[in-house]
Amino acid sequence: MGEFLFNIDHGYLEALIRGFKTGLLAQSDYANLVQCETLEDLKLHIQSTDYGNFLANEPGAITVQVIDEKLKEKLVTEFTHLRNNALEPLATFLDYITYSYMIDNIILLITGTLHQRPISELINKCHPLGSFEQMEAIHIASTPAELYNAVLVDTPLANYFVDCINEQDLDEMNVELIRNTLYKAYIEDFYKFCKQLGGKTGEVMCDILAFEADRRSIIITINSFDTELSKDDREKLYPRCGKLYPEGLIGLARADDYEQVKQVCDYYSDYKPLFEGTGNGAGEKTLEDKFFEHEVKMNVQSYLHQFHFGVFYAFIKLKEQEMRNIIWIAECISQRHHNKMKKRLRDVFLRRTECRANSRMNTRRRVRVVWLLRVSAVAVPTCSLSSPSFEASFMPS
Amino acid sequence: MAAGAILKTTGALITIGTLVLIGTGLFYMLTGQGHRFDIAWFLTSTSPHMWAGLGIGFSLSLSVLGAGWGIFTTGSSILGGGVKAPRIRTKNLVSIIFCEAVAIFGIIMAFVFVGKLADFRREELTDSPADMVILARNLASGYMIFGGGLTVGFSNLVCGLAVGIVGSGAAIADAANPALFVKILIIEIFASAIGLFGMIIGIVQTNKAAMGNK
Repeated sequence: MGEFLFNIDHGYLEALIRGFKTGLLAQSDYANLVQCETLEDLKLHIQSTDYGNFLANEPGAITVQVIDEKLKEKLVTEFTHLRNNALEPLATFLDYITYSYMIDNIILLITGTLHQRPISELINKCHPLGSFEQMEAIHIASTPAELYNAVLVDTPLANYFVDCINEQDLDEMNVELIRNTLYKAYIEDFYKFCKQLGGKTGEVMCDILAFEADRRSIIITINSFDTELSKDDREKLYPRCGKLYPEGLIGLARADDYEQVKQVCDYYSDYKPLFEGTGNGAGEKTLEDKFFEHEVKMNVQSYLHQFHFGVFYAFIKLKEQEMRNIIWIAECISQRHHNKMKKRLRDVFLRRTECRANSRMNTRRRVRVVWLLRVSAVAVPTCSLSSPSFEASFMPS
Repeated sequence: MAAGAILKTTGALITIGTLVLIGTGLFYMLTGQGHRFDIAWFLTSTSPHMWAGLGIGFSLSLSVLGAGWGIFTTGSSILGGGVKAPRIRTKNLVSIIFCEAVAIFGIIMAFVFVGKLADFRREELTDSPADMVILARNLASGYMIFGGGLTVGFSNLVCGLAVGIVGSGAAIADAANPALFVKILIIEIFASAIGLFGMIIGIVQTNKAAMGNK
């Protein structure tokens, strides 16, 4: 029945978002962007794509920061348009998408406050999709209970936070625990919501969210080796809606090293190929890259079905990936430019080749630069610190 | 959600109707008037004009329902797809026309059925065998038009739905890749043929219908 009635409420927006999706940069656009010598070149090239003249009204020289802001602004404009035109249950679905950004923002603010940064500077760094009214008051909280009572109680995240109230104080370790507990509750809730919507939406979204949940479980496990995080605590952070639940998660909870994680995942035909041929050496893809590729593949595949909400989620995720790609290119260009200024032309050339070859190795460092404050605690770095790589970029044929 | 409201209303109406029917049946049966529950009596004593009228009504209204539903499904997708790819708006009017054709089938058939209607007065008939034949012919004509109307109506309803959904896909596919349009249009033509089947069978069904006191 879904396809008979879907268009009554959501037909316009579904077709619109598919229009937005065709505007995503294709492989040839990336090939052009990589050739750019300066950020001005980049601006010109981007103008010929679907982005249009979104940088046109920018006075003065363009910086990576400005591009980042403008990219986000464009995404938020598009998203707000969708959200304002959405009817239930699509409206709730779109709200769910913003919750993950809200979680990121809260964590960013808390971490920043821990590092004594001024709140105004932090607010600028927050993702605009996840901004909410009470955000600026977050620095008054010094314990999770205060955080809940003063800030989060009126936000949609209140329900997710119940599990972390009993943490003692907000130090770096606990902040990471809170982030992952929030994410766990969020993904499980989102999964339940999609399941309840049923039909094609349930089918597509449950697959995507199940993968997201499993990816988090695996990454948390791998990152927790050799840290103070106990196995019991670790098990509590696993989202329980993926394909690994329940047997796989028990296996992951017992795992002591990478090999054991791999053994657990060998039983799952979806995840087995992801572990094959991964490594940290040059020319090899890391596990995280593989996960990203798989995620992008799933998101692109969601466009093969019609009359469901998965396309909205997939669009936001693909757009996010595209923005990371553009920012990464801009970052490379600006670094090169910097060197040119110092008249070290040979170095520039070297740097350029290195820049292309070791894209993935640079990523880690670059991410730290862009997300200055999103300190990934040693214990549980999350997969939200993502690695943009060309290979992972979606390629609309 | 509007669709939910429609479904709930339909469900409620069906439930109430069934309950009333069962209640009446039980009442007659338990009060010793079970013989009144006589289907043959019902079918022979009702006016053939009523059945013919219902058939005409169904053929037109269900066709228009299908056409409207299809146009809505396709139209909303064309609107959305047209925002980013304005070139699709003219080409995809074909899908709308296909849906519209469904309503036209319904109208044509309604006209054909109306043409079969003729003056018939049961009270002028006597009990003679010749008059009984005339009565039987008229009753049969009423049911033929009723059946023909249902055939046309329902086949056009699902035809409209099918064309609408395929048309919506066509608009989206065309917006993404113009080369796909013609290919999907062929699928749409096949969907549109379903309504034509109903129309043909509707004509054949009512071929022998002839009303009148002669």
